[in-house]
Amino acid sequence: MDLGEINPVLLVASLMVAATPLLLAAIGELVVEKAGVLNLGVEGMMIVGAISGFAISVETGSPWLGFVAAAIGGAVLSLLFVLLTQVALANQVASGLALTLFGLGFSALLGQSYVGIKPPSMGDIHIPLISDIPVIGPILFQHDPILYVGIALTAAVWAVLKYTRVGLILRAVGENHDAAHALGYKVIKIRIMAILFGGACAGLGGAYISLIRVPQWTEGMTAGVGWIALALVVFASWKPWRALLGAYLFGGITVLQLNLQAAGVAIPVEYLAMSPYIITILVLVILSADKSSAPASLGRTFHASH
Amino acid sequence: MTTPLLSLQGLTKAYPGVVANDQVSFDIGEGEVHALLGENGAGKSTLVKMIYGLVKPDSGTMLLRGQPFAPPEPRAARADGIAMVFQHFSLFDALNVAENIALGMENPPAMGDLAARIREVSETYGLPLDPYRTVGDLSAGERQRVEIIRCLLQDPKLLIMDEPTSVLTPQEVEILFETLNKLRSEGTSILYISHKLEEIRTLCDHATILRLGKNVGECVPSETSARDMAEMMVGSTLQTPERSGREFGDVALDVSGLSVPSPSEFGTALRNVHMTVRKGEVLGIGGVAGNGQDELLGVLSGEIQTTADAIKFNGQAIGKLGPTARRKLGVLTAPEERLGHAAAPDMSLTENALLTGSVREGLESKGFLKWTETQNFAEKIIEAFDVRTPGPENAARSLSGGNLQKFVIGREVLQDPDVLVVNQPTWGVDAAAAAAIRQAILDLAAKGTAVICISQDLDELMEISDSFAALNEGRLSAPRPTTGLTVDEIGLMMGGAHGMEVAHV
Amino acid sequence: MIVLEKRPQPSKAWSYATPLVAVLATMVFGGLLFAILGKNPLQAIGTIFWEPLFGEFAFYYRPQLLVKGAPLVLIAIGLSLGFRAGIWNIGAEGQYIMGAIFGAGAGLAFYPLDAFYIFPIMVIAGAFGGWLWAMIPAFLKVRFGTNEILVSLMLVYVAEQMLASVSLGLLKNPEGFGFPGSRNLQSYESAYNAELIAGSGMHWGVVTALIAVIFAYVLLNRHMLGFHIRLTGEAPRAAKFAGVNPARLILFCLGLSGALAGLAGMFEVSGPSGVVSIDFNVGYGFTAIIVAFLGRLHPVGILLAGGLMALTYIGGEIAQSQLGLPAAAIQVFQGMLLFFLLAFDLLTNYRIRAARSEVA
Repeated sequence: MDLGEINPVLLVASLMVAATPLLLAAIGELVVEKAGVLNLGVEGMMIVGAISGFAISVETGSPWLGFVAAAIGGAVLSLLFVLLTQVALANQVASGLALTLFGLGFSALLGQSYVGIKPPSMGDIHIPLISDIPVIGPILFQHDPILYVGIALTAAVWAVLKYTRVGLILRAVGENHDAAHALGYKVIKIRIMAILFGGACAGLGGAYISLIRVPQWTEGMTAGVGWIALALVVFASWKPWRALLGAYLFGGITVLQLNLQAAGVAIPVEYLAMSPYIITILVLVILSADKSSAPASLGRTFHASH
Repeated sequence: MTTPLLSLQGLTKAYPGVVANDQVSFDIGEGEVHALLGENGAGKSTLVKMIYGLVKPDSGTMLLRGQPFAPPEPRAARADGIAMVFQHFSLFDALNVAENIALGMENPPAMGDLAARIREVSETYGLPLDPYRTVGDLSAGERQRVEIIRCLLQDPKLLIMDEPTSVLTPQEVEILFETLNKLRSEGTSILYISHKLEEIRTLCDHATILRLGKNVGECVPSETSARDMAEMMVGSTLQTPERSGREFGDVALDVSGLSVPSPSEFGTALRNVHMTVRKGEVLGIGGVAGNGQDELLGVLSGEIQTTADAIKFNGQAIGKLGPTARRKLGVLTAPEERLGHAAAPDMSLTENALLTGSVREGLESKGFLKWTETQNFAEKIIEAFDVRTPGPENAARSLSGGNLQKFVIGREVLQDPDVLVVNQPTWGVDAAAAAAIRQAILDLAAKGTAVICISQDLDELMEISDSFAALNEGRLSAPRPTTGLTVDEIGLMMGGAHGMEVAHV
Repeated sequence: MIVLEKRPQPSKAWSYATPLVAVLATMVFGGLLFAILGKNPLQAIGTIFWEPLFGEFAFYYRPQLLVKGAPLVLIAIGLSLGFRAGIWNIGAEGQYIMGAIFGAGAGLAFYPLDAFYIFPIMVIAGAFGGWLWAMIPAFLKVRFGTNEILVSLMLVYVAEQMLASVSLGLLKNPEGFGFPGSRNLQSYESAYNAELIAGSGMHWGVVTALIAVIFAYVLLNRHMLGFHIRLTGEAPRAAKFAGVNPARLILFCLGLSGALAGLAGMFEVSGPSGVVSIDFNVGYGFTAIIVAFLGRLHPVGILLAGGLMALTYIGGEIAQSQLGLPAAAIQVFQGMLLFFLLAFDLLTNYRIRAARSEVA
């Protein structure tokens, strides 16, 4: 065992990378839940995003096009959720599970010919001077662009929810869909937009795993990140900046356990590998006392009878 | 004659199995307070939803100042100067007053400006309101203010008010009427929906009466007696429940020092409630909605448990017992919300009979269910309470509100309770069914059951209760004999104007 | 314009018809998918649904139906009780793994002793393992209000790591030449869940699954507890009013579904699989969710749905070897089934009609 081999600067830099897929998926789901919809299909949308992004960037050679395709892939899958829950008024919990089961199978099917291939690299940004500052440079200014997209998205979602009319309407729909409908707002339309946005974000998050974090395609490679993202939204009390904080926290745990594995700590590998999941459970327990900030219509089906 | 502000001509709207509005026509003049009068289910709500653009008529036309008017959605209606104060479901508890109001406006100004305007308008019309308070923390009267101010900020030509006084104390009603009179004097027309006749006689210039979706008459309320209007509304002479003078027995239920924290975020805590009900007595508990009625019922039914001694039944401490144990003893309850609380909407009437009847009617043995007996019990309820349904195998949600209410009350009454607690027994129920339910309650009391009737309908309470108390912010006033109580006294027991004359700012 | 109109009460006819319609729709769209993959759709569908039952090698495949169907039915029955009450245990896969570890562990602890009581002890241990794993989300939900969906699911990943850990450590076969995985229980007679009738596929797990179906049927239709489960799912407030203790119901539903999933894992590891190894679990815990819904959360429906799903598993394997249909295609096929079922379920509660032209 040699803990000295763990480089704190690299650790922080890599935790930001590990956190980004979580963050992207969680921010998307946060918007969906703010609109009063519980989409448990995050894992499925992520994995579909992961393969769509991977396949398109391999075929076109452009990671950027890959990410665009991933967002579209995630959104298209979430369209199935829209059909089930907003059109066919099916139970949201069951529909979310269906989405995940379907997404896992579908991605495996799409990904058959992509196993073992290396995707084109996106490359990290490099700003002369700033990126070269010791410690701060590698931590803050030497990442791939999508990582910054994630942070920007967090800021944007926060600002939109807090300061804009669109945000206010979205929150109103999630809070009391009957009242919103009575005021003439198109509850279903707003929810559909939110679900598609959530799907696109989850898709981006999935592609981040397959194109940047790993980068490779293997079946079921999201390994529960989508579910952790769902937990993260609860952890964040539906607040975007707290989702960022939470994502970095979970990212930190993931990276730390990987580093500990590599450093050959006396704890068996399996126990380190299960630690992020156990910590997720612990966090959920600690935070479950406070449900007050959950959108009041969360998970309830809306049907305008008149 | 001048062109009316809004003219309705032959509006018809049908839903499967029911014609909600059948060829309804009438005019609303400029600066007129026009009453729309009718029983529950007469089609008042459907009519105003058509005016407000929430529902499209199947046929018929509307003219606004002589121009064809067919709002495809509420937004369009609002743009034409129609505003509506809803009875239910139109506020967002977790948002603040200003955000709620902004949601009801087409082009709201920036939040800071909007807040200033809210203060200004609310002061002008004598309805002070703090724009930054969370709506969930407001009283029912204050919540209504939010709705009214939301409308007034749009400078409406026609203000529709759906049963606005059902959530107010008599003193608050007076404040509201002053506001409405001020609006009328400024030329705003008001369409005032109610089934409370005295109010309409005080306030309205003109009244249209709906029965079963049809316009059955018009009148000038100040020149028409309440009785005449009532008969137009119901279509037959009303029978008032019979009550015989009776002796009260020993104390059956004794509640003392009952305090319960609020079970939910925007609920009400019960604070030091004291009351006793004797055998054969009907205690009426009045109060504006949201002052602890649901919580009180929950504590009495056993859904919310409390310290053992806070509730005593025939001297036995039952505060810690759950609903089943209390039923076994003879303490039965009927909650306000029929669908989802008193009954499971998608389950059959037989299954719903089992819901509370299992213990006293012996519908299970060692946990195994006796479906035949249960069905017999359901049929007995249907029969005894004239519940209109093809049979006990039908789902609860397929029944009309009045019929389901008769079933739910009947289910408890037939179990021969020693104590019966009902919450809003006739809410949303037509007059005939309401009369039947009240009669059943009185008959039960005559047989020696101690009855607590929680209701927001003061007329109902005056009609059936022997003593009266009011809930106000979770506190219960000392019960007083009903005979000799004046409306003013009742209003003060209900919390007066809930301190609403005073600005919160 | 098409509008939905809520029925006054759920349609009985549609509630029976929707699973069939969903199966048909899945065949059509599944066939389309197979066509896109360059396979003859009719041949593929035929292979999946016909070969295992009536094909040339049906004598071999028919017992397999029982072997694959039993764990699915056993798990789905448990899940359905919770789903009915609005308690979402989606971590059956983890409970299945823990049942297998506990069951196999209990058996291997006696190795090489031969005694009649070893197998019953393994059964109890397996049920206990699954129960224990399910009691974690149950306890956390009751005590802290923690979301059982997320906790039970997280525990699947934890269980998978546990499985890896014991396969490489605690339960590793000391005579296995260093390969991961336990001793083969099939060659340890006292612990072997052998076929009750040779060649029939009928083992103790199948018997238990049938008992579970009957038990669940009686519970739901004839017993107060079952009534309370249904009531809680339909109207939670009405359930509280009826005197249901939600905490006790959560503990019961999660505990029972965990125990049944644990049993399924134990019967699998001591019979058809034989070995605790890293890749022991094959997703029965997740597929059982589809089975539960496809069976409309009704015990008899689940029995049929379990059979159908087992058919797609076996038929899928045949299609894989004969037509080169990818394994993932079958997974998609199963996912589609759930998807269509949820979509068509609409017809049970709503009527679809063309809106009359609106007169403005």
